[in-house]
Amino acid sequence: MGIAEFLHMGGHGFYIWGSYGTALFLVIVEVFFVSKRRKKAKEELEQMEAEFSRVDNQGING
Amino acid sequence: MSATRRIHWMKYASASNFYPLANRLVPLFMGLAIALAVIGLYIGFFVAPVDYQQGNSYRIMFLHVPAAWMSMFIYLLLAMYAIISLVWRVKMADIMAYSLAPTGAMFTFIALLTGALWGRPTWGTYWIWDARLTSELLLLFLYLGYMGLYSAIPDRQRASRAASFLAIVGVVNVPIIYFSVVWWNTLHQGSSFSVSEGASMTSDMLSALLLMAFACWAYTIAVVLRRAQAVILERKKVALWASQISKNKEA
Repeated sequence: MGIAEFLHMGGHGFYIWGSYGTALFLVIVEVFFVSKRRKKAKEELEQMEAEFSRVDNQGING
Repeated sequence: MSATRRIHWMKYASASNFYPLANRLVPLFMGLAIALAVIGLYIGFFVAPVDYQQGNSYRIMFLHVPAAWMSMFIYLLLAMYAIISLVWRVKMADIMAYSLAPTGAMFTFIALLTGALWGRPTWGTYWIWDARLTSELLLLFLYLGYMGLYSAIPDRQRASRAASFLAIVGVVNVPIIYFSVVWWNTLHQGSSFSVSEGASMTSDMLSALLLMAFACWAYTIAVVLRRAQAVILERKKVALWASQISKNKEA
């Protein structure tokens, strides 16, 4: 069985690869955005903690 | 229930214990998900035979059925966490419910889309307003409604309560989806796999289907735990900000 024949799926290629392709795309997008969201939250929290500890040590106007 | 078991359960209900545990579990389950999906799809595409009635289009089943299962399981899980969050005010339960919703919505969308793409060559139509398809579409709206309501209300506790309430009311839709093919005349075929009657397919098809179902479970665990971690950090940030403001006011 050749690659073209495999992709053709007996005339059902569009339906099958449309299904699997969209699902794969969505999964990759979800993983990407969830990782980015955690990374951003972690960085912002660390930044805020550093800022507040500086304020606490030096006073508000310090 | 004994006191020790209660304490054990409460231990993982706190964010500070959850976070490092999730750090260890996420790569484990993501790796498991990829491995199971690769093996499942190999069997599904290279080992399982062509269906004598449907040709190759039936191979959409290995994605469609697990996605549809997940869409319902995740909703039940979300509603369970919503109840815990509403009744016992367990913060981690609210974070879990919130973190499950987008992944549940994604699986619902995949179930609907793959169903349409499977329906076209099999029934001759992408869509029909029958009981199974309509109730699954309603499930998507319930997920989106939960997420929309949660983000629309500025006060987080009120948002959580309103969204949780919606999620719990929506649970009645899940048995309707599941039994719709039995209760009503529908174009949708009955289940190909049931605990009481076994499977109406070859063992290769069944292995591919179950491997893909486990892959979806592992994926869900990994991605939901990751999202929950992000939410914990975001809420910690808000709490830190609030505490600093009150401290500055005192000073």
